[in-house]
Amino acid sequence: MEKLSFRLTAPRCASGTRTQAIVGVVASGNLEVLLERVSPADMCTIDIATAAHGFGTVWDAVVRDFVARRSAGGLRISINDGGARPDTVALRLAQGVRKIEEPER
Amino acid sequence: MSDWGMQKAALAERLTAGGQHAEGKTVPIANLPAFLRAVIRSGDRVCLEGDNQKQADILASALANLDPQDVHDLHMVQSGVVLPAHLDIFDKGIARRLDFSYSGPQAARIARMLFGRKIELGAVHTYLELFARYFIDLTPNVALIAAVSADKDGNLYTGPNTEDTPTVVEATSYKNGLVVAQVTEIVDKVPRVDIPGDLVHFVVEAGRPFYVEPLFTRDPAAITETQILTAMLAIKGIYAPYGVRRLNHGIGFNTAAIELLLPTYGERLGLKGKICTHFALNPHPTIIPAIESGWVDQIHCFGSEVGMEDYVAARSDVFFTGPDGSLRSNRAFCQTAGLYACDMFIGSTLQIDLEGHSSTVTTSRIAGFGGAPNMGSDPRGRRHPSEPWLKAGAEADPDSNAALRRGRKLVVQIGETFGERNAPLFVERLDALDLARELKLDLAPVMVYSDDVTHIVTEEGIANLLMCRSKDEREQAIRGVAGYTDIGRARDAKLVEQLRQRGVIQRPEDLGIDPLDADRRLLAARSIKDLMLASGGLYRPPSRFRNW
Repeated sequence: MEKLSFRLTAPRCASGTRTQAIVGVVASGNLEVLLERVSPADMCTIDIATAAHGFGTVWDAVVRDFVARRSAGGLRISINDGGARPDTVALRLAQGVRKIEEPER
Repeated sequence: MSDWGMQKAALAERLTAGGQHAEGKTVPIANLPAFLRAVIRSGDRVCLEGDNQKQADILASALANLDPQDVHDLHMVQSGVVLPAHLDIFDKGIARRLDFSYSGPQAARIARMLFGRKIELGAVHTYLELFARYFIDLTPNVALIAAVSADKDGNLYTGPNTEDTPTVVEATSYKNGLVVAQVTEIVDKVPRVDIPGDLVHFVVEAGRPFYVEPLFTRDPAAITETQILTAMLAIKGIYAPYGVRRLNHGIGFNTAAIELLLPTYGERLGLKGKICTHFALNPHPTIIPAIESGWVDQIHCFGSEVGMEDYVAARSDVFFTGPDGSLRSNRAFCQTAGLYACDMFIGSTLQIDLEGHSSTVTTSRIAGFGGAPNMGSDPRGRRHPSEPWLKAGAEADPDSNAALRRGRKLVVQIGETFGERNAPLFVERLDALDLARELKLDLAPVMVYSDDVTHIVTEEGIANLLMCRSKDEREQAIRGVAGYTDIGRARDAKLVEQLRQRGVIQRPEDLGIDPLDADRRLLAARSIKDLMLASGGLYRPPSRFRNW
């Protein structure tokens, strides 16, 4: 298991009021993403535990794009990765910020 | 003038030689080896019917079992190299030269044999191109074909998988070639006459059906959320704005996802009746929900699909069927329809380079082309207007006189940025180039040329290449949808952003696509069983797809 951590300045704060959201599943080629609204509004922290070693530069690119493109300020994001491809990671992160901005049901 | 009529005389010789092993037109299967030895001459040009789906498997095995001392140096001209026997013929030295179109299941072995100089390659063709050459410079001396049944006079019933047979027989029989058919059974009266008996010289009763490959069945259970996202992008970003009603879908999970999103996502977008009403398409099981919900007016088919026979027969309002009730397919006509009467081709590929050339050839696999390069090309002979065609033409060349401007066919390549075994879809250099150099080919086997492709769709977005005005813009548009591949990460971020401002690149968020919709619950069927239920039990999936 490789662990990676990112602490990034976020241009936009996550909307909505939900305190946490979870998307995805831990499975081979998939990942689980837990989002918690606990960081300062202009920060996004992302902690990754991944089964695939040696992909630090790709993770770096994926999470930086995510924080730049989506509204991720104020979130602490924990990722449990089963070796998902970058396109799956990007989709899950996008789904996560959409989910935390939805009203509680 | 005594030399005229040599071909007729040669045919008469073959008929006499073959007749010694036949009773009338019927060749008992036990006589098949001796019969083939009698009618095939070394150096003959032979079409061994290997279509995309239907295979003359009995005749293929019999040909492969001949002694190369008796028959050698054959020139095989066949669209599909699909069965092991098709290549055994070369391994044994019975055949030497090959002109073909498609080699799906034999892609790896054909590559090894080409490198090992076991096969002398003529060319890898598109279907329509090879069919055309049957009538000009690759006319067969002998055609070994497959049908469902025959009568004593040689009239053939092909059933739903007519495919290439009429074209092969037309080219062979009317040019003094010999036509031999394997059939499942000989009957008193065939259900319909697909091939007239006077074009068929001999018939072999195989006692079992010819082999058919279920090539177009995609299990909805294997469709990923990334593929759903990519399908949503295609529907909202291309099908809707161009109003694409007449089209062809290639084979693969991306287009299967599109088919399964029509009754759900397409319905929600209000697109019913505005897109996807007329298809040149094999009867994909994944199109069933769209047909059942009234999306599709008409489908013409290249071939059939295993298990779809009863469903197609019960939906003659949509499909082309014969007086016997079953599907009539015809690859040559359907390819022509796909080329001239469709406004869009959309399909997947294995490699796309920075100019937009795409290829399914890798150094270890030569899968051939099939129909994609034909349907995935802009027909310069087209003259009838349509909204999508005119709009695409205007995007490519906005300043010219509209009345003198050609339209453009939409040629869309769709796929995830990383494919099977994490192979990147985007590459600096196509493997096809290395292959061409190694085999000393004049042409690299390119499936869709750069100047034909109009859009590339990945999960990252849509690149509209019609709107690119320079080589540099084109390269950055491609890099801009190449995701986290090396090609994608080496993009010029500023230029890509400019292209996005101009609408050359469109991201899911630009099109208002909610990533939460990229969910398997959006598929109109999520399993083969769902497809069967949607068909009212008419679709009978082959056993290998039954997992319940």
